[in-house]
Amino acid sequence: MDIVKSLSSYAIPAIFLVVLSVGLYRGVKVYDVFIEGAKEGITTVVKIIPPLVGLIVAIGVFRASGALDLLIYAVRPVTKIFNIPSETLPLVFMRPISGSASLALVSDILKEHGPDSFIGRVTSTLMGSTETIFYTLAVYFGAVGIKKVRYTLAAALIADFISVIVSVWICRIVFS
Amino acid sequence: MLNYIWIGMLIGGIITGIINGRIDEVTKAIMTSSQNAIELSIGLLGVMCLWTGLMGIAEKSGIIKGIAKILRPVIKLLFPDVPKDHPATGAIVMNLVANFLGLGNAATPLGLKAMNELQKLNKKKDTATDSMSTFLVLNTSCIQFIPATIIAVRSATGSQNPTEVIGTIWIATICATTAGVIAAKLFSLAYAKKAC
Repeated sequence: MDIVKSLSSYAIPAIFLVVLSVGLYRGVKVYDVFIEGAKEGITTVVKIIPPLVGLIVAIGVFRASGALDLLIYAVRPVTKIFNIPSETLPLVFMRPISGSASLALVSDILKEHGPDSFIGRVTSTLMGSTETIFYTLAVYFGAVGIKKVRYTLAAALIADFISVIVSVWICRIVFS
Repeated sequence: MLNYIWIGMLIGGIITGIINGRIDEVTKAIMTSSQNAIELSIGLLGVMCLWTGLMGIAEKSGIIKGIAKILRPVIKLLFPDVPKDHPATGAIVMNLVANFLGLGNAATPLGLKAMNELQKLNKKKDTATDSMSTFLVLNTSCIQFIPATIIAVRSATGSQNPTEVIGTIWIATICATTAGVIAAKLFSLAYAKKAC
């Protein structure tokens, strides 16, 4: 599974090379455009600060009180069936509901267990491979006035579930 | 929904803390967590700025349009209901490419445009069509070439190798997208049979 590791190493330099070369070839003022785009990054981050503060405090309280351990203990029988680390299960449920709450959970898990631990890597893979299903469906269907979504939610949740199973499986193979 | 989850975590946590005799830990967590949130946000700034800056160049140099051209045949295969050269195709492709590059701000308006175009083709205005379902499944499980946010969080929390999960994320997403599309197609067949 070395190929997965080298994919990870080459992805960022490769995209820099491609984007910059195409930009140069098309005569884009690359540096100026870069600065303009980077400003957008600041706005994005600043916008998520208030929800992050609220949610990280809530998760911090939940963990410090011992409630999170109770929850993880309670879900252990379920996670055992699918061979998922119990510590990641809160994220599995939060992910389809809220992006910022998931981000807060991820940062909490990575801090607690370390980003380079097995739990940390599974958490990262999970976060990167799933989306906020309910929000996306609400926005897109809401915008055009669709009330009956038929099988959309079911299919999206199936994709989400597969992503959870594969995340754990692939991390076991690649990082051990 | 987030209202309930948030208040549930706080009240549940505080009550559990009282029962467990860990109220000092809870107090400490309240104070340090708010600080942690700011530290995380500052940690995110570097990678996020770098990424949105680079993607700004990608947008300006027409890379999105380039990839969109390559993807068109695939889109035709996935959306058989959409007529050839209908504006919906363009909007769908552009939205998926924006998602692929992690351009959240560009993806949403393009996605809404795609939904509007698909709605024009819809005969029952309050019911989702097969194309809409497929489109949203693709949107909620779309592969991201560089998952910038998670890389930023990993580097903010002190990872030795923040990008090492790119490969595993790709594999997990490809499997999820495939499963989602197959599920949507099977459901649509089942629904079509029921309607007959």
